[in-house]
Amino acid sequence: MDHSNILEMRSITKTFPGVKALQDVTLTVRRGEIHAICGENGAGKSTLMKVLSGVYPHGTYDGAIVFEDEEVGFGSINDSEGRGIVIIHQELALVPYLSVAENIFLGNEVRGSGPLIDWNKANAEAARLLARVGLDENPTTHVSQLGVGKQQLIEIAKALSKEVRLLILDEPTAALNDNDSEHLLDLLRHLKEQGITSIIISHKLNEIAEIADRTTIIRDGRTIETIDMADADATQDRIIRGMVGRDLEHRYPERTPEIGEEVLRVEDWTVRHPTQTDRVVIDRASFHVRAGEVIGIAGLMGAGRTELAMSVFGRSYGRGISGRLYKNGQEIQVRDVDEAIAHGLAYATEDRKRYGLNLIEDIRRNISAAGMRRLAPRGWVNGNEEIKVAEEYRASLNIKAPTVMAVVGKLSGGNQQKVVLAKWLYTEPDVLILDEPTRGIDVGAKYEIYTIINRMVAAGKAVVVISSELPELLGICDRVYTLASGRITGELPVAEATQERLMELMTIERETAKDLAS
Amino acid sequence: MTAIAGFRDMVTRNLRQSGIFVAFVAIVLLFSFLNSNFLSPGNLTNIVLQYSYILILAIGMVMVIVLGQIDLSVGSVVALTGAVSAVLVIRNGAPWWVGVLAALVVGLLVGMWQGFWVAYVGIPGFIVTLAGMLLFRGMTYRVLDNVSLSPFGGTYYDVANGFSTNGWLGGYGVDVFTLVIFGVAVAGYGVSQWRTRRGRIAYQQTVESLWLFVLRLVVVAAVVMWFGYQLAQYRGLPNILILLAVLIMLYSVITQRSVFGRHIYAIGGNLNAAQLSGVKVRQVTFWTFVNMGLLASVAGVVYSSRMNGAQPSAGNMFELDAIAAAFIGGASTTGGVGRVTGAMTGALIMAVMSNGMQLMGVPQSIQQMVKGLVLLLAVAFDVWNKRRADAR
Repeated sequence: MDHSNILEMRSITKTFPGVKALQDVTLTVRRGEIHAICGENGAGKSTLMKVLSGVYPHGTYDGAIVFEDEEVGFGSINDSEGRGIVIIHQELALVPYLSVAENIFLGNEVRGSGPLIDWNKANAEAARLLARVGLDENPTTHVSQLGVGKQQLIEIAKALSKEVRLLILDEPTAALNDNDSEHLLDLLRHLKEQGITSIIISHKLNEIAEIADRTTIIRDGRTIETIDMADADATQDRIIRGMVGRDLEHRYPERTPEIGEEVLRVEDWTVRHPTQTDRVVIDRASFHVRAGEVIGIAGLMGAGRTELAMSVFGRSYGRGISGRLYKNGQEIQVRDVDEAIAHGLAYATEDRKRYGLNLIEDIRRNISAAGMRRLAPRGWVNGNEEIKVAEEYRASLNIKAPTVMAVVGKLSGGNQQKVVLAKWLYTEPDVLILDEPTRGIDVGAKYEIYTIINRMVAAGKAVVVISSELPELLGICDRVYTLASGRITGELPVAEATQERLMELMTIERETAKDLAS
Repeated sequence: MTAIAGFRDMVTRNLRQSGIFVAFVAIVLLFSFLNSNFLSPGNLTNIVLQYSYILILAIGMVMVIVLGQIDLSVGSVVALTGAVSAVLVIRNGAPWWVGVLAALVVGLLVGMWQGFWVAYVGIPGFIVTLAGMLLFRGMTYRVLDNVSLSPFGGTYYDVANGFSTNGWLGGYGVDVFTLVIFGVAVAGYGVSQWRTRRGRIAYQQTVESLWLFVLRLVVVAAVVMWFGYQLAQYRGLPNILILLAVLIMLYSVITQRSVFGRHIYAIGGNLNAAQLSGVKVRQVTFWTFVNMGLLASVAGVVYSSRMNGAQPSAGNMFELDAIAAAFIGGASTTGGVGRVTGAMTGALIMAVMSNGMQLMGVPQSIQQMVKGLVLLLAVAFDVWNKRRADAR
C-alpha cells in the first residue's frame, strides 16, 4: 500500500451564527485505507463531512481541502460526486417505489443512442454492480420490498456506479442487525482491496477496531488525535477517553437530592418496530424513578432511547408492546396519550419542531395544548384564564417574547424548548420524561433548563432525562441507566458513574447485550 | 419586548383578516357606484336570501380546511338532502318538518360515512369526498328518478323565503321588530366588545386606543343599523337571516372557545404534536366531517326551500364556492389557520360579486373568470404575506 494521501483537510473552521461547529480540524486520509472518525453526537463529524461533500459550499468555511494532490472547492454535492467523493447518509436516500436499477441510476440515467433511457442496458449494468456488492436481487425489484441492510448495499452500488474514489459512510451499521453489519464490513474490506478508500463514521468501537486502519477522534469541533490502529496502545479505552475527555466546562446548578417513594416503574418493556414487526426495538427493559429524583438514560443514536420513552408515553411508538407499568406501586394501563396525561406522565420530545410545537400558533395556545383537561374541564376554554396561565409560565420560565401572543415558530430554540416545558408543566405531571431537553440550544439557555429541572424535582416530581451528552447526565442526574441495542445494559448511581464507564456500557455490542439482559 | 413590537406583531397577524374586510367594503362601494339599485332594500334582502347556502357551507368548510382536509362532496350532498326532503314532502305528502328532519339525518349519515373513511381508514379527504361527490350525485338521480320535483309551498317554502316575524310589533312601511332585533344585536355587540376590551386590559394585553375603539363601534353600529333599516323598509327580517346569525354565532364559539375547536386547529397546525399532546386525532377528524355533512344538509334544506323544489343537478359547483369563500377569508391551504368570521366575509365577497355582476348584466362567462381571479389573488396575497412574515 502506498502511503500517499488521497485527502487532506487542513485547518477547517466552520462557524454557524453563535456556534463554532468546527475549529481548526485537520484530517488526512491515505490512499486505499479505511479511516474511522469517532466522536460524540454533536462533536462535529457530520459537519466535517458536509464541508467535504460540498453541502456547505466552498467559501462558507475556512481552511483548505486537498483531494488527490489538488486543492478543491466544491460548490455542491454534484461537484464532489464528480470528483468521486460519495457520501452515504444514515437516513438512506432511496426512493422506495422505484426499482433497484432506477435508484442506482437516479440522476445519472443510462442513455441509449438518443435522449431516452435504455432500460435493458441499465438493468444489465445494475445487475453487474449488485454482484460487486454481493447482493443477489433482481434489479427490477422495488426498493421498498428490501430490508435496510440490502438498501445500504444498494446505496453502495449506486456509489460504485459513480466511479467512486472516496466512499464516506455515516453510521452505516446503526440500523443493521449483526449479519447485515458483518456483511457490510466484509464488503468494505473487499472494496479496499479494489483500491477504494473509505471513511466510516461509527459509534461502535468493536467495529472500528475490527475494520479501521486509522482512527481520527473529534471532540467539540476539534481534532483530538489520529490513531494508527496497528499500534499496540490503540485500545478502545484510549478512543473513549479521547471522545469524552473534555473538561466539565458547563456548570450545573447545585441540588441536594431529597428522594422519596418510587413513582414510576417500568418492567419487561418490549417494543417492536411499527412496520418491520420482526425487529425488536426495545427488549425487556426495566427501570424505575422515584419522587424528587432525576434519572438519566444514556445511549448512542439508534439505541432506542426515544422509542423507549415514546412507547411508555401512551404507546406513541411501536407495535406489539408488552410489559408492565406501575404508578405509585399500582399497575396502570396506558393505551393512549390522553390516558398517559391523566396518569400524570409527560413527555417532551427531542424534535420540538416536528413533534412538540404547533409552530404557526402562538405561545399561549401551545402552552395550553396538552392541558385542556385542566383549562377547560367542561369543554369550554376560558380565554382570559388561558392568557393568565401563559403569562405565568412566561414569567416563571423566563420565556423571552414580547407577548404570549407571539408565534412560537419565530422564537429561538431555547425559548421554544421552554414553551414545550411550560406545556407539560401545565398538565401537572408526576413523571416528566425529557428527551434531549438541551439539544440545539445555547449554553445560557441550557443552564436555565437545568434550573427548571431542579425546581421540578424540588417540588417532588420525578424526572427522566434522555441525553446524548454524558457530562450533562452526570451533571444533573441522581442515577443513570445505559441503553444499547434496545436493552438496558447498566444502572449506576451518579457517584459511581464516569463518562468512560458509561461509554463502555453504551457501546456493548448486540450479542453481549443479549447475554446481559437474559 | 416592547408594546410597539407587540402591536406590529398584531398587525402582521391580522393583516390578512383586516385586508379582507377592506376588500369587502371596497367591492360593495364599487358596485354601489356602478349600479344605483345595488344598495336598494330589495336587493340587499335578495343577497341574503340568494346566497345564504354558501355561507352555511363555508362554516363547515372552513373547519374542514383548518383541519388540513377538504370536502368536495358538499354540492352533491346539498342535492341529495334536498331530494330526499322533496320526495317525502312533495311526492308523499309528509309534513314539512319530516322533510327537514329526514334531510338532516341523511346529512349526518353522509358525514359519518366520509368521516369514517378519512379518520379511521386514513384515506385523504380529497379522495373520499371526490368519491362522495360522484356517489351522492348518483344517489340524487336515483332518489328523484331523474326528474325535478316542485313545489314545496307552505311552511317549507317559508324557511328560506319567508319573513315570519314581519309585523309582530307593527310599523308603517318600516318593520319595527326588525329594527328592535338589530338594535339589540348592536347593543349586544357593543357590550361584548367592551367586556373583551376590559378583560384584555385586566390581563395587560395590547388594545387599541379608546377613541379608535369607540370609532370602530360607532362605524359598525351605523353600518349594521343602516342595513337593518333597509331590510325593515322592504319586508322585514328574513327567516334565513335569523338562522344564519344563530349558526355563525354558534360556530364562532365552537371554533374559538371549545376544546373540540382547539383540537381542530392543533391538528391542522401540527398533527404529530397534537397527537403527542393527547388530542384524539381520529375522533376529531370524524366529527369534523360529520359536522360538515350536517351543515351541508342544512344548506340542502335552505336551497331546496329557496328553489321551492328539488332538481337532480342542484348544488352543482357549490363546493367550489364554499372552498373559495374559506380561502378568500384567510384560511391556509396547509391547515391550522382560518376563522368562521373570515370565511363569512369570503362568502359575502363571493355573494356580492355574483349579485353585483348579475345586476349589471355581466355575462356568466365573465363572472366566472372574475371569481376565479379573485380567489387566485386572495391566496397569492396570503402566500406573499406569509413569506414577508417569515423574512422578518
